[in-house]
Amino acid sequence: MNRFFLVFIFFISIFYDLKSRSLQVGSQHPFKSIKSALESANNGDTLLVYAGTYKESPIIIDKKVTIIGIERPVLDGEHQYEVVSIKADSVFFTGFQVQNSGVSSINDIGGIKVYDRRYVTIQNNILLNNFFAVYLQYSRHCLVKDNIITSNAQDEQNSGNGIHCWKSDSLQIIANRIEGHRDGIYFEFVKESVVWRNIARNNIRYGLHFMFSHKDSYFSNIFENNGAGIAVMYTKHVFMANNSFINNTGDACYGLLLKDISDSHIIGNRFIGNTIAMFLEGANRNKISKNVIQENGWGMKVQANCEDNHIYENNFIHNTFDVATNGTLVMSYFKENYWDKYEGYDLDRDGLGDIPYHPLSVYSYVIEQNPISMLLFRSFMVTLMDRTERLIPSVTPEAFVDLTPVVKPYKL
Amino acid sequence: MIELRDISKNFGLTHALNHVNLKLGGEQCIGLIGPNACGKTTMIKSILSIVVPTKGDILIEGKSIKNDVSYKAAIGYMPQIGRYPENMTIGQVVDMIKSIRNSHEPLDEELWRAFELEGMKDKKMHTLSGGTIQKVSATIAFMFNPKILILDEPTAGLDPLASEILRDKIKKERKNGKLIMITSHLLNELNDVLSHIVFMEEGKIVFYKDIESLLEETGQPSISKAISHLLKNLKA
Amino acid sequence: MKKLIGLVIKDILKNKVILIYTLFLAAFGWSVFGLESSTAKGALSLFNIILLSVPLVSIIFANIYIYNSKEFIELLVSQPIKRSTIWNSIFIGLLIAINLAFLIGIGIPVMVFTPDTIGFSVILTGLFIGSIFTSLAMMSSIIAKDKARGIGVSIMIWLFLSLIYDGLLLFFMFQFSDYPIEKLMVLFSSLNPIDLARIQMLLQIDVSALMGYTGAIFKKFFGNFYGYLITIGLLMVWIIVPYLISLRKFNKKDL
Repeated sequence: MNRFFLVFIFFISIFYDLKSRSLQVGSQHPFKSIKSALESANNGDTLLVYAGTYKESPIIIDKKVTIIGIERPVLDGEHQYEVVSIKADSVFFTGFQVQNSGVSSINDIGGIKVYDRRYVTIQNNILLNNFFAVYLQYSRHCLVKDNIITSNAQDEQNSGNGIHCWKSDSLQIIANRIEGHRDGIYFEFVKESVVWRNIARNNIRYGLHFMFSHKDSYFSNIFENNGAGIAVMYTKHVFMANNSFINNTGDACYGLLLKDISDSHIIGNRFIGNTIAMFLEGANRNKISKNVIQENGWGMKVQANCEDNHIYENNFIHNTFDVATNGTLVMSYFKENYWDKYEGYDLDRDGLGDIPYHPLSVYSYVIEQNPISMLLFRSFMVTLMDRTERLIPSVTPEAFVDLTPVVKPYKL
Repeated sequence: MIELRDISKNFGLTHALNHVNLKLGGEQCIGLIGPNACGKTTMIKSILSIVVPTKGDILIEGKSIKNDVSYKAAIGYMPQIGRYPENMTIGQVVDMIKSIRNSHEPLDEELWRAFELEGMKDKKMHTLSGGTIQKVSATIAFMFNPKILILDEPTAGLDPLASEILRDKIKKERKNGKLIMITSHLLNELNDVLSHIVFMEEGKIVFYKDIESLLEETGQPSISKAISHLLKNLKA
Repeated sequence: MKKLIGLVIKDILKNKVILIYTLFLAAFGWSVFGLESSTAKGALSLFNIILLSVPLVSIIFANIYIYNSKEFIELLVSQPIKRSTIWNSIFIGLLIAINLAFLIGIGIPVMVFTPDTIGFSVILTGLFIGSIFTSLAMMSSIIAKDKARGIGVSIMIWLFLSLIYDGLLLFFMFQFSDYPIEKLMVLFSSLNPIDLARIQMLLQIDVSALMGYTGAIFKKFFGNFYGYLITIGLLMVWIIVPYLISLRKFNKKDL
């Protein structure tokens, strides 16, 4: 019985497939324009768009179609229009080069923009010099995958974001490469989504920027050399693991700015060569562990308005300053981190240093008050100051301490 | 050969040399005489430009010494207290000076042999007695056959035998036509050596005379008596 | 001149102090890389030594050597040699000896463990600092009348340049923190050779931190090609000027 049922389903699906048509678009094909093909298409049809440049924006996809570019046809917005607007569910859009969208200070014009839709897939496209490249609003269960997104934004006012998502949920942003936009990936009110294996580099503002986007996860992304680094704000239950935050340098530039982030996990990430690897402001109840924090100006700046963060089992290596803070109140906890500046000993050989480590350098305090005094860093005077402070802490908060520093770096 | 033109040297407020004019010709052996701190050593050091005069000019063989050090090749100098690098041996010091002078003339090693320095060649300078150091100084001063010899208290500290050797050497060199300048307090020792006397006091030259006229004028039998006679007259 | 330089170097190398100094540097150089977990950290520790010990040892050693050479100098002056030749030979001899000690002591381990730009800067900085403080020793020894005062002056110079100067700078930074003093402070810190060398090292080691607030001014001034040229030029001035002052004084000095 069961077997008959399967066979029945099989035939039904073949029949259904047979019913759907394939429409060919191109100068040598029945349909000369995408628009005309879309007009005659039905839900479930497939459009095969052959190589060529199509200047017929805005292309509005308002049927449940699969639209496939063959040998990467170019859709050009002529610097005036939104290039592709997706206004149907379950659209599968792949294989195109989408370029030159219009720029507007009133509308958020996208290279590919999804309006209030579900199950849309945007995969394997090249997006070139668009205002916003991929724009999703009020969308759910959409997949943005394997797209190469580049622009040459000059300033923040006249540029949009690489992947911009607004009031959406259950999105998957996977393996895209975003360069030269304002923000690489931008989330606002986006929930329960996954950002995985993306690379955002050389964007003029943030590589990743999100606000009010709860319960999202970020895995294995690389954020490199973005103008202001990565800033995430006003969000709870973030899960960030195995990401790399590399060479985000500059004034007010952060490897990862955590502003009002709560109940989140920052685990197993690599922070390398940033001016400030992690900046915690109003961040509460977060767990930060197993991260490699290496060759940064500041490993972590924990502002006094943070509470109950647990920072443990991280490697702090070759940072100019491991930790800094702006107040005297400390309500975050350091435990079993590896600090390469630790000079204690481990007589009982349990892997933990026998004397506590005070990671706060007194001079980082001085610099916090008077930035120009960085000029004197590593001078004999400053070394003396720091040594004295380590022996007899008087300025730095006593509670800012790792009581059980490990003596060997973790293999992370 | 040596001409001092209006040389003055001040050390702070003291005038070690006060407008000194002096012209010394060849083939003389001049005794530079005067009470302590009269400026003898300062004058010698000025000639060697170890001390730089405050004013005036010095000419050696007609040439100013201000910008040319080559004249020193014509001078053999024996300091009052010879000071040498402590860690060097006698041999090394002598070799060093030989290499610096780089003279192609045959060396005069008479004193080297007479003082028997060969046997002490490997002794370090700081282990030597004052007398031995004087021997080294004398040897070096005479070694390069200089036309001018300047000897600052040459016999002080030498034993009678060495002293005798040195005096003979001075006489011999005088006969060879050299200009020799000697400062000394032990005038009796130099009775038969000197030909002229330069007498200084408080940085000034009181007189410059040959021995015969000096003895004649004062009616004294020896230089030392003549000088003390003069000193008494000066004070009176 | 060559002969004299040779004599001076031979004389210095006979001195046990320079051998002890070399051994000290070597012991430090090798152990730092042996003990520190990473070579970059080792270079950093070495760098601290360079900014502290090298100046102190160079200036005091050179000073004592010059005083102890008093007899040597007197002897030479009575010979047909120019005074400037004597003084030049002593300076060059000291430069060679002190920098050779550094190259053997620190240069070799650095080249073995970190043959990169940081290692290269460490060595270059050490050579510059050693030379500058030798030059300063020439000056202090001719200014001060006797050995004790000379050493006193040397220690004061060292203390001033490596500690007091920075203290004053920090004081001014806080006193005038309401004013735009950044450029002025950059200028002042570039007047001190130790600061100058230190800042060049900062640019290598702490580049991430320097990209922060003040970094812009910092990088702009010191970090580019012209910055390097200016730095090297200023360091050269620190070698040449004190020496020339000492030479002028020596030419007129009564010995």
